[in-house]
Amino acid sequence: MNSFFERRYVIAGIFITIIITLLARLFYIQIIDDRYALYASNNVRRQVIKYPSRGAILDRNGKILVQNQILYDITVIPKQVKPFDTIEFCKLLGIDKTTFYKQWTKAVKYSPNLSSIFEKQIPAETFASIRERLSEFPGFDSSPRYLRVYPDSVAAQFLGFIGEVTDRDIKRSNGYYHSGDYIGVTGVEKAYETVLKGQRGVENQMVDSRGRRKGSYANGMFDTAATPGQRLTSSLDIRIQRLGEKLMKDKVGSIVAIDPSTGEILCFISSPTYDPNLLVGRERGNNAAKLYNNPYSPMLIRPIQAYYPPGSSFKPLSALIALQEGIITPQTTYFCPHYYMAGNHRVNCEHFDGVTDLRKGIAMSCNTYFCNVFDRVMNAKGPKNTRNTFINWRDDVNKFGFGVKLDVDLPNERRGNVPTPLHYDKIFGESHWRSSTIISLAIGQGELLSTPLQMANVECTIANHGYYYRPHLIRAIGDKQISKAEYIQKNYVGIDSGYFEPVIDGMQQVVESGTAAAARIPGIVMCGKTGTAQNPHGKNHSIFVAFAPRDHPKIAIAVIVENAGFGATYAAPIASYIVEKYLKDTISKPRGEVEYIMNKNLLPDTLNYKIHGARKPLIKDSLKKLKEDSVARQRQMKSASRKNKKNTTNRFLAAQTIYKEDE
Amino acid sequence: MNNQRSFFSNIDWVTVFIYLALCTIGWFNIHAAVFDERHPGILDFETNYGKQFLFILIAMAVAIVILLLESRFITALSPAFYGITVFLLMLVLVVGRNVGGNQAWISLGGGFRLQPSEFAKFTTCLLLARYLSGPNIKITEFRSFLIGGAIIGFPMLLIMLQPDMGSTLVFMSFIFVLYREGLSPYFLIIGALFIALFVTAILFNPLHVIGVIVILSLLVIFLMRKNKRIVYTMVAGLAICVVFVLSVKFIYNNVLQPHQKVRIDIVLGIKKDLKGKGYNVNQSKIAIGSGKLWGKGYLHGTQTKYSFVPEQSTDFIFCTVGEEWGFAGSVVMLGLYLFLILRLIMIAERQRSPFSRIYAYGAASIIFFHVMINIGMTIGLVPVIGIPLPFVSYGGSSLLSFTILLFVLIKLDSNRMGIV
Repeated sequence: MNSFFERRYVIAGIFITIIITLLARLFYIQIIDDRYALYASNNVRRQVIKYPSRGAILDRNGKILVQNQILYDITVIPKQVKPFDTIEFCKLLGIDKTTFYKQWTKAVKYSPNLSSIFEKQIPAETFASIRERLSEFPGFDSSPRYLRVYPDSVAAQFLGFIGEVTDRDIKRSNGYYHSGDYIGVTGVEKAYETVLKGQRGVENQMVDSRGRRKGSYANGMFDTAATPGQRLTSSLDIRIQRLGEKLMKDKVGSIVAIDPSTGEILCFISSPTYDPNLLVGRERGNNAAKLYNNPYSPMLIRPIQAYYPPGSSFKPLSALIALQEGIITPQTTYFCPHYYMAGNHRVNCEHFDGVTDLRKGIAMSCNTYFCNVFDRVMNAKGPKNTRNTFINWRDDVNKFGFGVKLDVDLPNERRGNVPTPLHYDKIFGESHWRSSTIISLAIGQGELLSTPLQMANVECTIANHGYYYRPHLIRAIGDKQISKAEYIQKNYVGIDSGYFEPVIDGMQQVVESGTAAAARIPGIVMCGKTGTAQNPHGKNHSIFVAFAPRDHPKIAIAVIVENAGFGATYAAPIASYIVEKYLKDTISKPRGEVEYIMNKNLLPDTLNYKIHGARKPLIKDSLKKLKEDSVARQRQMKSASRKNKKNTTNRFLAAQTIYKEDE
Repeated sequence: MNNQRSFFSNIDWVTVFIYLALCTIGWFNIHAAVFDERHPGILDFETNYGKQFLFILIAMAVAIVILLLESRFITALSPAFYGITVFLLMLVLVVGRNVGGNQAWISLGGGFRLQPSEFAKFTTCLLLARYLSGPNIKITEFRSFLIGGAIIGFPMLLIMLQPDMGSTLVFMSFIFVLYREGLSPYFLIIGALFIALFVTAILFNPLHVIGVIVILSLLVIFLMRKNKRIVYTMVAGLAICVVFVLSVKFIYNNVLQPHQKVRIDIVLGIKKDLKGKGYNVNQSKIAIGSGKLWGKGYLHGTQTKYSFVPEQSTDFIFCTVGEEWGFAGSVVMLGLYLFLILRLIMIAERQRSPFSRIYAYGAASIIFFHVMINIGMTIGLVPVIGIPLPFVSYGGSSLLSFTILLFVLIKLDSNRMGIV
C-alpha cells in the first residue's frame, strides 16, 4: 500500500462511469429507439410477388382456345455449385459443352451469389426427368414460368393478347400493376382482365446482405397464396371457327355467326388472321411489328372494327321497315326495266326482273324494287317532309343495331355509320335533299356502313321475327354461367312479327332458287341474302348473310369477302359450309369445291388496299416497349438487384416503403 | 514455498469463473454470428466457432501451465518477454502478412496466424510493472517517467507503423496505471481536456472555440487574480490550448489517414455515409437496436448471421450479443466486464508487492480499454477502431494473450502472501 491508495476509487469511478455511459447508450438504442428493429426487418425481408396463372379460355364445348403452358427455367447460383460431372449434366439438359461453358461464364459474370437463368423454357415433359436428378447438382435449381399457348392457333383477334403494362395502366390501376407485369391488351384478354388475372400472392423471404435467399420470413406468417385466374368459357365453336379461318385463308374479310336464340357468337373470324402463338415468347416484339406493318392489318378486329356497306344484304331490312310503315304489302309489285331512275340518276339493276313483288324482289335482289320502296317510304309524308321521314327511318334502322354499338363484350367496338340528316344538310343544304338524292341507301350503299357483327345481328333479328339478344362472346366464368339481365333481355326492333314471314320467304328463295342458289344445303332450309358492296378502292366486296334453319333458327351468319365480286361467288358458299358444319358437323359439298375456295387467293393488290372507313390500329406502347417477354423481365430484375448490391440504402428505403404499405 | 494444496486454494476462483463465463459466451456468440447451415455443429472445426473452441482449450492449457510456473520466473523474465515481442513487432513489419491494411500477422502455417501486437500489451505491462516496482523508482521523477514512457512508447511506435491504430491506442490505457502509481492527476485532466478540445475544434469553428476558451480563462484569471501562480499557469495553459486548437485542423487533415478522419466524422455526426464508411456502424447499430429488451434468441438473429454486420465474429461480436440477447444480454455482459475489472482492482490493492499491484492495474486497464473502445464502437460512441472484445471475439492470438494477461495476474495473486 502506498500513498496513492485513495486513487483506486478515482480509477474505479472512471471505469464505472464509462461502463454506465455505454449501458445508457445501449438502453437508448435497444429499448427507446424503435427505428432499428424496423430497419433490421427491412434489411432481411424481401417481398416476392407470387404470380397466379392466368385463366384459360375455352370454346363452347370445352375445347381449349388458350391456356397456360408451364415451362421451367434452370437457374444456378455459381457460389453454391460443388464440383460435379459436367458431361452427365449436359446430357441431362440436352446441351453441349460449349453451351454449358457459355452459360456458366454468363452466370458467374452476372453474380456468383445470385440466382441467374442457366437454361430457359424447358417443357414440362422434358423437365420431369430433369427434376428427379437436379438435386444431385447443388447450386442448380428450377423455377416455373407460365406462357400463353394456343393449341389450335385460332381466334387470334377474338382472344387478343397480353403485354407488359404501360405506365398509364400502372397509374390507372392505383398501383396494382408493377412495371413488368402483364395485362390484357386487346380482345377477351383485355375485356375480362379482372377475371383472368387472378389474385397475386406475396411471399416474404429472408435474404442476407448479398441478397441470397435464406428462408421464409416469420415462418410465412405474412405470406399470401396466389389465386389462379378464372377459366372463361366462350361461346365460340372451335369447329366452325377453324373451318372459317381455313376458308378465309388468303382473303380479306370477316365471318360472324351468332346463335339467334341466345345472342352467343359462334364464330368470330377476322381475316387475314395470325397465329396467336406469335405474340408469345422471345420473338414476340418482332412478330408484332411485322403484323402491324402488314398492309392488310391482321391486328384489326374486323368483325367489330371494319366497315362495309351492307349492300343488298340490307334489302330485307328495308322491306321490313316499309311493311311496318304500311307503305307496301307483300303483294305490292313494281316493274323492273333493268334500272331505276332516281331523278336523273340511273340505278342499274343487274337483271331484268319484270313485274316484281316483295318475295321476288328479295330473291332476285332487285334494285329497282327496293328503290321504289325506299322512294315511297321517304315520300310517305310528302317530299317536303323528307327530312323528318328520314329521321324516323334512321331510328328504325338504328333499332336493328346499325349505326350503334351493340355492346359486345370486347373492347374497341365501332358503331358503323347510318348518315344523319345533318350530313345531308351539309352537302345539299338544309332540307334540300329528297329521296332521289339519297336513293343509294335503298340498296345498302352510300354512306351506310356496318360492321360484320351488325350484319349478323340483323339476321338474328329476322330469324327471331323481331328481336335480338345482345351478342356476346363469353358464356361462363369459371363454372358459373353468366346470367346478366342484358343477355336474356329481348331487344325488339319495332317490327311486328307478322311482317317477317314474307321477307323470310324471299330470303328462303334466295337460297332455293335465287341469287345464292349455289349455296343450298341439302336437308337444311337456309334463308339468306347476297350482297355485292361497291368498293371505291377496287373490286366489289362479296357479302352473304343468312340464318338457318328457317324454323327454330340455330345460326345466323354474315360473311364478307373483300374484293371478291358477287356475294354469291365466295361469301355464299363459305356461309353454307359453316352453317352446314355447325348444324350437321359435315360438309356435303365435294371436297374439291371446298378446297378450291380455301386455296383461292383473293388478296387485293397491296398498293390499292385501303381499309374502308377504319383506322389502322395504333401500335400499342406495350408492344413498342417489349422485345421479348420473359427475357426482358429477367433482365430488369437483374439490374434492380445489382443496384441493390452496391447501394444498400436504396434497398433499405425500398424495403421501408414496402413495409409501410403493409401497415 | 507452496505446496499443491495451498497453491490451488489461493487462486481467485471468482476471476477464473468470470473468465470462463466470458469465453463460453464468446464461443456461443461466434457460433450464432457466423452460423453456417452446412456446418451446424458448434464443434465443427471447419468453422470459426469450432476453431474458437480449440483456441479456448489451448488457452486453458496455457493458463494451467502459467499457474504451475514459479512467480519469480515470470518477474525475472519480463525483460526477455518484452524483448521477444519487440523483436516480433519488428519482424512483422518485414515478413508480416497484410490483412485488411494492417501488417500485423505472422503466418504460422495451417491457417493459424500470430498477432504479436496482442502479446505486446502483456509484455509491456510486465516490464512496466517490473520497472516501476524497482527500488527508488518514483514516477513523479522525470527520469522514471521518461523510462516508463519509453517502455510503453516503443512497442506503441512499432504497432503504429503496421499501422494498427486500435492496438496503439490500447497502450494509452497505461495512463491509469501511472496515475495510480503517483502520476499527477493533471495528466488525466489535461488528457480529457485535449480530447474535448479536439472534438470541439472539429465540430465548431476553431476561432470560436478559442474565443470561448479565452473568455473562460480570463474569467478564471480575474477571479483568481490574487494567486499569481494560478494566473501564470492559466496563461500558459491558455496559450497551449490556443496553439492546440489551431493545430487540430492541421493534424486532422494531414496526420490522420482519410479513413480515420471519416470514422471520426461519422461518430461526431458530421458525415452520414450509410452505404460507405458509415455502413459498419449503421448496420451494427441496427443489429444491436433490433434486439430490444430480450433479444431475438440464440441463433435467431438475422443481421449478424446474414452478414449485414461485417466482422461479425471478431470486432463486431457484440452485435450478436445485442441482437440475440437484447438489452438484458448487454447488461449481463457489461456487468461481467465491470465486475471483472473491479475485481482486478480489488486484487491489485490487496497485493503486497508493488510489481503485482502495478501489473494488476495494467491488466485491468487494458481489459477496460478494450471493452470501452470495442462496445463504444459498435454503438457509435467511438470511431471504428478494430480491437477485439476480450475473451469474446473470435481469434486465437487475442484470446491467448488475454488469457496469459489474466492468468499471470491470478498466479501472482495466489502468491500474494509471499515476497516476490
